[in-house]
Formats: sequence, structure tokens, C-alpha cells
Amino acid sequence: MLDLRRFTGHEMRLSEKLVEFNWGFLLLLLLIASMGFAMLYSVAEGNFSPWALRQAARFAVGVAIMISVAMVDLRLWMRLAYPLYGFALVMLIAVEVTGFVGMGAQRWLNLGFVSVQPSEIMKVTLILALARYFHGLTLDEASRLRNLLIPLGLVGAPVMLVVMQPDLGTAILLTATGAVILFSAGLRWRYFIMAGAGVLAAIPVVWSRLHDYQRNRVLTFLDPERDPLGAGYHILQSKIALGSGGIFGKGFMEGTQSQLNFLPEKHTDFIFTMLGEELGLVGGLVLLALYFVVLMFSLNVALQCRNQFGRLVAIGVSMTFFFYVFINTSMVMGLLPVVGVPLPLVSYGGTAMLSLMFAFGLLMSVHIHRNLEISRGPSAFW
Amino acid sequence: MQISGRDSNRYQTFTRRAALLAGAQGIAFVALAGRMYYLQVLKTDQYRMLAEENRVSMRLLAPLRGNIVDRFGRTLASNRQNYRAMLISEQTPDVEATLARLSRIVEIDSFTKKRILRDIARSPRFMPVTVAEDLSWDQFAQVNINEPDLAGILPDVGETRDYPYGEELAHVLGYVAAVSEKDLAAAEGDQPVLKLPGFRIGKEGIEKTYDKELRGVPGSSHVEVNAYGRVIRELSKDPGTPGSEVVLTIDMDIQRFAWERLKGESASSVVLDIHTGDVISFVSTPAYDPNQFNMGYGTADYKALLESPYLPLMNKALAGMYPPGSTFKMIVGMAAIEAGIDPNARVFCPGHYSLGNHDFHCWKKGGHGTLNMHDALKHSCDVFFYDTAKRIGINAIADMAKRFGLGSTYGFEVPGEKSGLVPTPGWKRAVKGEGWHQGETVIAGIGQGYLLATPLQLAVMTARIANGGYAIEPRLTRAVGGSLLPVKEPEFIGVSEEAIRVVQGGMNGVSNEIGGTAYRSRIAEPGMELAGKTGTAQVRRISRAERLSGVLKNEDLEWRQRDHALFVCFAPYDAPRYAMSVIIEHGSSGSGAAAPVARDIMHEVLKRNPTRPQAGNPSPGGQKSARAG
Repeated sequence: MLDLRRFTGHEMRLSEKLVEFNWGFLLLLLLIASMGFAMLYSVAEGNFSPWALRQAARFAVGVAIMISVAMVDLRLWMRLAYPLYGFALVMLIAVEVTGFVGMGAQRWLNLGFVSVQPSEIMKVTLILALARYFHGLTLDEASRLRNLLIPLGLVGAPVMLVVMQPDLGTAILLTATGAVILFSAGLRWRYFIMAGAGVLAAIPVVWSRLHDYQRNRVLTFLDPERDPLGAGYHILQSKIALGSGGIFGKGFMEGTQSQLNFLPEKHTDFIFTMLGEELGLVGGLVLLALYFVVLMFSLNVALQCRNQFGRLVAIGVSMTFFFYVFINTSMVMGLLPVVGVPLPLVSYGGTAMLSLMFAFGLLMSVHIHRNLEISRGPSAFW
Repeated sequence: MQISGRDSNRYQTFTRRAALLAGAQGIAFVALAGRMYYLQVLKTDQYRMLAEENRVSMRLLAPLRGNIVDRFGRTLASNRQNYRAMLISEQTPDVEATLARLSRIVEIDSFTKKRILRDIARSPRFMPVTVAEDLSWDQFAQVNINEPDLAGILPDVGETRDYPYGEELAHVLGYVAAVSEKDLAAAEGDQPVLKLPGFRIGKEGIEKTYDKELRGVPGSSHVEVNAYGRVIRELSKDPGTPGSEVVLTIDMDIQRFAWERLKGESASSVVLDIHTGDVISFVSTPAYDPNQFNMGYGTADYKALLESPYLPLMNKALAGMYPPGSTFKMIVGMAAIEAGIDPNARVFCPGHYSLGNHDFHCWKKGGHGTLNMHDALKHSCDVFFYDTAKRIGINAIADMAKRFGLGSTYGFEVPGEKSGLVPTPGWKRAVKGEGWHQGETVIAGIGQGYLLATPLQLAVMTARIANGGYAIEPRLTRAVGGSLLPVKEPEFIGVSEEAIRVVQGGMNGVSNEIGGTAYRSRIAEPGMELAGKTGTAQVRRISRAERLSGVLKNEDLEWRQRDHALFVCFAPYDAPRYAMSVIIEHGSSGSGAAAPVARDIMHEVLKRNPTRPQAGNPSPGGQKSARAG
């Protein structure tokens, strides 16, 4: 067996890190992304433009980012956790102040050469900041009430900003990610029970403050037949397309529902529907299975890690990924209301892809540096 | 795995809870798979039926393009019904045979046929492709009656752009035309509306500049279609938002008058309000018919446009660059006064001016005798300005020219603006790599040499002289989508009152004093007097031999060799409101060809007085009644 303390004695060299990098995992991601390329090729009626080629290019950039991020020492990420979080928070505020309105919602910040979505950056940095915070606390300390104020603030501030944009999907994702890290850090059960009760009590208040389109989505979800040509159209059409695909699907590029433009947003949020129509139950299950392998791998990375920071980062990345997959696929199958959450690695989209690959880079960094023992005290960061 | 003691508590808890999360994930995935099984296996027959037999389809509806109107609300560009025949290729067994049958009703030439077959190859088989447009009512009725025979042909009524004034406004409005591959590639993001059959976008002029505003937001209709894609009924319809109306500053009556007056020449003319920069008319002749561009220009017609020596596709008013000739003398005059030269000082004109071993000639062979600046402008004496230019130098002249709007663009609403050229020694060194010669300063004194200006710039220059030195900028749009665009408060150029007074007076002399070069083209009605300046820009070089044997008269030269005729003016002289420029290419003489035309147009402008405050035409705020002297 490998000497587990092999790396604790000296700093790892780049070549050692490259060997430790799990290339099979990257291949797995490529496999998933390739299913996306194929569907984007099909959406464009058998053309690489406008989507498939650009998506592939973004994936390539994403791979470069992932490898670079993975090479960085985990302790440096820990040191950068708060500054990065602060940076993302400032960007979110900047969007509120100066951001321009795209697709009816204020989400994008124009940096001149590229439009960035600060909420995407926040998803990653929130994980880092929370992991950094709980790394410094013992199990008993973590559950002390006064020690909860800071993490609740760390989650609450960006959630409030994102809700103001308004971007309900991201707000839910951020809250869920925060809850998962608090849960993994070992907070007592009773806090979660209390929070659950609080959420139930808050529903009427939140409902009254929702935007009309958000209310419509929820109402329509609860009763899709309520407005089959308005807001219910998406769900209904998605179910028809998916259901008519059957076990083996209608064949690649043969999906009548998708190809005939019955399906909205089929290259972004509803791409899973298209896959289900053209490649059937089999194709859909293959993709879900691939996702499941990714999740199990990342969970294993968390369990193998010898420092709390790495564990929490890994579980945070893993669960965020899971939330994306689950919310998106449930939505297109009519199990959840329509919220704008893309299918990771498959949906067409730039920032989401890049921030996801950044997160996988962190996961890989945890994997590479899994044998590091990082002390709890402030001396932990140089 | 070994975990050090103080961390083991946390690790154990973590492991336990991670396992719980993994379990939750597993349950979620099982639920997803179950849902897929339910939809795709248990319910698949039901959904397949829904998909195959009774499909609800969402179709994009092209928004109605916004109208373009003149300053009084008269329609300059609108939409009219367009009867057309579409072809859905999957509904006919033989496209060629269908086209052959259709060609008995509507003529389809080989060029069009090629285009149709290309479009069919390029779009999905259920997408309608335009076969013939702009059918007469008879033709359309016949297509409808014969529909059973014409498998795959779909009679359809669309909207198409209509330009009631045709070529009179071509260089202002531009035109719309079918979306090209290039347009698709250049479009930001995914704009499915561009792919609608028959959809058109602005390609030139106002149509291009305000394409986004004019286009509107596409609507959609939910229709029930059968398995062949044929519409059974419409379930609901969102017509979308029609495009915004664009209100121009043009007065169509004056535009039309100016067009009629210049028709037949290769010419251009711009009329401005000197306080707001509102463009009252903007003419470039000859022009093309935007309606034909919209429906696809015939090959032969288009070739004729391209090959015409009078360049109908060129927007001469903003892209034609000409030596300003004597119309530039006001700039030299003002630069001289600013340099401290007394405008009352007299210069002797013997008919020529010597510099080194080179002689520069005055247009008047015997010379003008002694004259001051007022008379030099009035008689357009060349020697006076040769001498003045040499004394103050090229940099002083160039500086004044730039302050009055020459040598730069204004961000005008019609694309294609040219900046012209105001030469300086620095420019010459950078571009030509040579030093500046004094002779070039001398020749710049009469607006020749490297100097180049567009008719738009000359109108702006004149307007800035007329308003007492305020840097107004030309604008063509009054309002977009119902909100008036603000008039920019013009900056003061910083020119002395005396300079403005002398130059305006000189222009008054040109038009209203006996002996002025445009006295014949004055407006005699009291209160309407115009003040102008003629210009005759030489296109060819006159050799010493020709000078000795007698300069050839313009009538004896072929058209291309004749001088350009220029005239700029403002009016009324007592209380200026409008300024304009006219350039007639190879018109031989400013006073003979350009001044009479300008006079007629200005007279019409003054009679209509289109920018006076009146109902529906509120006076824009912040305007100056400034006039020096």
C-alpha cells in the first residue's frame, strides 16, 4: 500500500501533481460533454455552428482551467477563500448598481471583453469560504450558536443580492449548497429541523414578494393544465417530447418535437428533453449513470481527504453538481417548476461551463492534496 | 484511513453525514429513472399520439416594422400587403413540376428558380420558402383557385416595406432587404426571427441605423398542426410589439422640391436649421429605387446602377469629397482676422500672384484692382486670399477649418460619412513623407490643393457661420418611438464677433450687392434675402501652355473635365435660420449652375419655414437667436 504520508513531508512537485491528477475523471467529463456536443449538433439541424463548435471550444478552455486550478496548492486556495468570496460579493453588488438587464433580469456584468455572471462565481467562492470557516472549528465549536452567525451571513448576503436580481434558481442553489456544507460540518440536527420549520412559516411571506412570472411557474407546476398555452406550455411540450421518445428514442436528429420547434430553449435548459426524445430512455439513463459516477467519485474524494477544508470543498462541489443535475432533469420531466437551471456540461452556455470546470479543478486539487494535514488554528495559513 | 486524533471526531461525523447525502442522491436518481420509465415506457403511447396527431406548435410572427415619417408626420416608409406564394417542399413529390405549373400563373425566371432551389436545400423540409412575391390580385386569386393542382404551394399574405417617395429619399432612408448569410453571422446571439421566410432588415441609411428600433419584438402564435405540419387552427396569438416610429427632421415638401431641382444632374444638396442642426432636406442625385432593393433588384437594372458614371449608389451628400473652392474663403478670412489682420486693409490684385518662379492666377484675367476683405469675398478675388493665406500660414487656416466642422465626421445617422481632409504640414509629413511647400498654403487659400469637404460639411460650416459661431451638429432624427430626442446645446467656437460680421457681410455682398458673384441669384423679397458664396472647384490642371494660348472654356471640355459648381448660403440675412450647400458635379460654374438652384431651394425653404414654432413642431429648447453684428 502507498505510504499515505508520502506527501506530507515535502512540497509536491508539478510532475507529481500531474501524475496524481485523475485523468480518468477528466475522460468521464469529456464523455458527458460529448453527449452535449452531439445534441447541440442535432439542434442546429446537423450543423456545428452556431452551438456545438463554440461549446466544444468552451469545454477545451474549461479543461485548461480545471488542470490549472488543480495544480494550485490546496493551502493557497484556503488562504484565498475569503478574498475570493469578498471579490464575488463586490461583483454581485456591482451588478445591482451598474449591471445591465439581459433576458429581463439583471444578472450580467460587462467587463468590456466579456460578460460575466457574478452569481456563477459566487457559487464556487461560497463553498470555499464556508469550508475555510468550518475548517477552523472543532465539532463542538461548530454547533455553538454564536459561531453560526458568520456562516449564515456568508450564505445570506449573496442570496439576498441574487433574489433582488431576481434569480430564484440561483438563490435556491446557493441556499442548498450552504445548507449541505453546514450539514457536513456536523451541525446538530435540531438546527436543520428548526430551519425547515422556519422555511415553512416563511412561505406565505415569500409568496407575496415573488415576481408574477415566478408565481406563475409555481402555480403552473402544481397544475400544468391550468394554462397549457402560456406558462404550462414548456412543461407540457417537454413531457410530450420526452414521452414520445420511448425506450430507444426516435433516432439521432430525428426528434420531431424538438426539430419542429415545439420545444423551447432546447439548446439550453431543455436539452435533456431533446436527448430523451432522440435517444430514448436508454440514452437518458446512460447520461444519468455517467452523472452518478461523477457524483460517487467526488464523494470518494471527500472521504479520502485528510483535512476538513478539502472534505468540505469536495462535498460542496459534489452537491452543487448534484443539485444542478437534479433540478434540471426534474424540471424537464415535470417534477419541479420551471427554473432557469442548466444541465451541467451539456446545456449550451459559457459562464456556467467555465465555473463548473473551475469547481472540478478545486475538487481535483483536493484529490491531489488529500494527504495534507492542515492545522486548525490561524497558523494554518502561512 | 488514518486520521489524527483531534480530527477524528469531525471526520466521523463527516463520513456519517456524507453517507446520508449519498443515500439521498441515490434515492433522487432512482426517482428520476422512475419518472423517465413512467413517461417513456408506461405513458409513451399517449405522448406519441399527442406528438404525432395533434401537435401544438409555436410559430414566430414577424413584428410589423415601424414607420418612418417626416417632421410633419407624413409617411416616408411604411408597410403594405404583399401577396406571395410559398412552397413547402415536403408537401410536394416533385418541386420542379410544381414550379413549372406555377410558372403558368407567375413568371419564374431561371435566376429566381436557382434561388428557390438553393433556399429549399438550405432549410428544413417543412419550412415554407418564398417562391414569388408582390403578386397582383389576379395572380394571387389564380394561385388560390388552383391550389389543389399546386401541391406544396401555400398562398400567403405578408407585409412588405413600401417607400412611397422612391428614389427621392433613397439616400436618406436606405432600404431593407432579405437577410443574408453574412447578416446572420453578424447578428448578436440567436435571433430566430431573422430566419423567417421573407423577413427583411435595414441595409442602408436610416433603415440600417435604426434597424433595432424599427424592427420591434416578434410575436408568436400557438397553432394546432397535423402530422404534415399543416395548420388546423390557431389557438392563441401574441402579435408581438410593432417597431417604433422614427420621425425625421426632413420636410418632405422641401426634399421633393430640392430633388426635382437637382434631378438630371450628378449633384447633392443639404439644408440645415442653423440653431438645431435639423436636416431639412438631404438630396443626392441620381439615386436608386429602394422599393426595388426590397423586392430584389433585377440583374440588368442592378448592373446599370453599378456602371452608371453618375454613381447612383453613392451618397454624394455625405460621402462625396470635393475641393471646397471659393466657399472656403470665409474660413481663410476669419483665420486672418483672428491672426490680427485688419479686414479693411487693401490688397492689390493684378490678376496673378507670384511666389518664387510660380504664378498663381486670379479667375479674373485683368485683376480686381485694390480691394478689402468684404470686396474680396463679394468678387471672390483669388489673389487677395493667396496673399492672406501666405501671411497667416496653413496652421491658422487648418485650425479655423476644423473649428467650423471640416475634416471630421459628426456621427450622422446615415452610415458612410466621410471626413474629407484639412491638410497640415504634420499630415503631409505623416502621409506623404514630404515637407510642406508654401505654394500649397497659397493654393489652400482658395480652397484648392489637398483640401476636401463633403456637402454635409459645407452646410455645417455655413450654418456655424450663420449662427454666430456655435458648433451645431447635423441631425436627421427628431424622435424615436414617440420620445423627442434632445437637441444638443452647441458649444461656442470662440470666434470673434468682428470675424463673423465681416464674413457674413461679405456673403451678403456676394448675393445682394451689385457686382457680387451671385447677385443674379438673389432673393429680392424683403426679409428673405440670402447671403451666399459661390465656388468653382477645378478638377484638372491647367498647363502653362494652355494658360498662354487661352484657358479652355468649360463648354469645350468633356463632362468629366469640367469644374465642379458649388454654392453655400444662409438666410434670411437679417435673422438667419437656415443654411445650405449645393454641389453640382462638373456643373462648370458656381455662380452659373449652383447658385440658381440653391436660390430656388432656399426660397422654398423660407416660404415654408419648416422649423418655425408651430403646432406639432415645438421649438426645441436651448436654441440661440445668436447672431453677431
